[in-house]
Amino acid sequence: MFSRAYRTAVTAPPLLWVAVFLLVPYLLMFCYSFWSVSASQTMVHSWNFDNYRQLVTVPVYWQTLLRSIWIAARVTLFSLLLGYPLAYFLSFHAGAKKDLLYQLVIIPLWVSYLVRAYAWKTILGSDGVLNTLLQYVHLTKHPLEFLLYSPFAVVLTLTHIYTPFTFLPIYASLEHIPRTLVEASQDLGAPPLQTFWRVVFPLSIPGVLAGATFAFVLSLGDFLAPLLLGGPSGIMISNIVVSLFGAAYNWPLGAAISLCMLVLVVGLLFVSERLEQKWSFS
Amino acid sequence: MSTPRAPAEFDANNTASSRLLDIRNVAKNFGNNVVLRDISFEVAEGEFLTILGESGSGKTTLLRIVAGFESATSGELWMGGERLDRLPPYKRRVNTVFQHYALFPHLTVEQNVGYGLRVAKHPEAEVSSRVEQALARVKMTAQAKAKPSRISGGQQQRVALARALVNRPKLLLLDEPLSALDANLRRQMQVELKSLQREVGISFVFVTHDQEEAMVMSDRIALLRMGELEQVATPREIYSRPRTAYSALFIGHTNLLRSEVRDSVVRCGSLSWNAQLPDGAALFSLRPENIRLAASASVAPDSVRFRGKVRHQAFHGATELLQIECPDGLIFSVRTASRADWPGQVEFEFRPADAIPVRESAERN
Repeated sequence: MFSRAYRTAVTAPPLLWVAVFLLVPYLLMFCYSFWSVSASQTMVHSWNFDNYRQLVTVPVYWQTLLRSIWIAARVTLFSLLLGYPLAYFLSFHAGAKKDLLYQLVIIPLWVSYLVRAYAWKTILGSDGVLNTLLQYVHLTKHPLEFLLYSPFAVVLTLTHIYTPFTFLPIYASLEHIPRTLVEASQDLGAPPLQTFWRVVFPLSIPGVLAGATFAFVLSLGDFLAPLLLGGPSGIMISNIVVSLFGAAYNWPLGAAISLCMLVLVVGLLFVSERLEQKWSFS
Repeated sequence: MSTPRAPAEFDANNTASSRLLDIRNVAKNFGNNVVLRDISFEVAEGEFLTILGESGSGKTTLLRIVAGFESATSGELWMGGERLDRLPPYKRRVNTVFQHYALFPHLTVEQNVGYGLRVAKHPEAEVSSRVEQALARVKMTAQAKAKPSRISGGQQQRVALARALVNRPKLLLLDEPLSALDANLRRQMQVELKSLQREVGISFVFVTHDQEEAMVMSDRIALLRMGELEQVATPREIYSRPRTAYSALFIGHTNLLRSEVRDSVVRCGSLSWNAQLPDGAALFSLRPENIRLAASASVAPDSVRFRGKVRHQAFHGATELLQIECPDGLIFSVRTASRADWPGQVEFEFRPADAIPVRESAERN
C-alpha cells in the first residue's frame, strides 16, 4: 500500500529513538551491573555477581527495598480507598456537576510535584500548619515529631500525589459500564448495594487494576518525597540508587539495584495486564 | 418454545374483574418538555398489551415509569391493590426485557438467568432447577456456560427473556425487544413470544413502533402520539373503529375524507350521503378494501358511487392498491382483486356505514 521509502521514513525515527534512548542505556546498565569499582575509584570491567550478592546480603539494601515495597503498597491501598469512591460518586451521582468536579480532580496534576511535596513539608513540620493548630487547640503540648521525616509523611504525600492516577482509570472504567446494566440489576430485585457488588464493581476491576498499577509502580520508584519528607527512617530504594550513582560513585551496584527494580516492575505490569484482560468483557 | 396450553381467548370486555396494572392520569415532564400527558389505562391479568407509537411518542418513558426507572411528574400506578409508583424498581413484581437485552457481560448465560433468584436468596438447588427449566423453555440449555458476548443477538434475546421470566413476575415489560433482529427472525420471534406469553399466563406490556407487530401480537393496543393516548382497544377495534384520524392512518391504510355535515347530510367533494351527525366540519376514515368496483346491483341501497381514473397501481399479489383520481380532484386508495388492465374510467362504490367518523388529531409541537 505504501512505498518502501515511505515506510522506512515513518518507522525509522521512532525505532532510532527507542534504540538510542532506551535499549542502549538499558544494555549499558545491564553490563555495569556485572562490573565493579576498584579502591582507587576506577571501573573494573571484569564480570561477576558481587553486586547482586551485596543486594541480598547487605541488610540496608534489601531492607530498604522491602520498605519501599511496603510504602508503595500502602500508597496503593490508600489511593484506591480514596480514588474509587470519588470516581464512583462522579460517574454515577454527580449529575450536572460532573465535568466541573472532574476538572477539580485533574487540576492538581498540573501543579508541579515539587510544589506539592513542599506544601506537605510546611503542613507537617514541627512549626507547620498542622502542629501549630494542634497546639493551639491544646490537643498536644509539643509538636508531633512523627508527622514529618517519617514513612508516614512519605505515604501521605505519595497518596496525595498518586490518587488522581488511580482515580482516572477507575473513572474511565465506571463510565464505560452501560447504565442499563444497573437498571437490569435493580429490575431483577437487587437493591443498590447488591447491584454495586454484583455488577458495578466486577465491571470496574480493569480500572482498579490499572489504577493500582499506576500508584504502586510510580510510588515504588519515587525518590523526591522520601528525600524531602522521609528523613532517615523514610528512605526508599531510589534514594540509595541516586546516591550510589552520585556521591558514592558505585555505578555497578546502582545498576544492579535498578535492574532488580526493573524486573520487579515489568513482572508486575505483565501480571496486571493479564488480569485486566481476564476481567474485561467488551 | 413448546406448544401453548389451550389458550383462553382474551376477553376484552372482562378487564375490570381481572385488572392487574392500573395507570392513572400519569404525566411526565422533563423540564419544560412535556413527554406524557394524562395517560390512563389498565392492563388485565394475562393480557398482552402493546404500547404503540412513533419515536418521541413517550412510549419508552411510560414503560420506564412502570418499571420504576423514571418517576411520573404526576399520576399514580396501582398493581394488585398496592401503590406501585412509590416502590423502588427492585421492590416491584415487574421484570423488564431491555431493548439491547442488558445481559451482564461478566456472568455466564446461566448466571444471568439465575441473577434474580440468587438476589432473592432462593436455595441454590431451587435456583439451578428453575434456571435449567427457564433455559430449556427458550432452548438455550446448550449455551448455559457461555458468556453473553459469545452468543448471537437472537440467543441473547432468549436469555434476556428467560432471565426475566424465571422470577415469575406479575408483569413483564418488553422494550422493543425485537427491533435489533432481522426481518425473518423477527417474525419468528413474534410468534414464539406470543405463544410463550399464553403459556406462562403473565401479563406482557410490549413497546413497539411497528404497527404490524402490534397487530399480530396484541390483545389490546394502547396507541400513543406525542405523549397522549389516542386510543386503547383491540387491534380489530382500532382498525374497524378508529377514534382519531391518527389511529386510522397509523394502523393500516385509510382514506381520510374531509367533509361538511348539514342537516344530517355529509358532503365531501361531489359525494354525499346521510349520517346522524351534528352540523359542521367532519372527518371520515374509509378503508381502501371497503371501496368496491360498482356492480349493476349496488351492495347497499344507500351506497355512494363515484367515477375516477386509475392513476397508480401497486401490485400486492392477490390484491392491488389503486390510486383513483376523481374529476372533482378527490383521490381515493382502493384495494381490489388484482387485474392486469383497467379501462380509463371506473366506477366504484362504498357503504356510508364504512365511512367512520374520526376526531381530528390535535396538532402540537
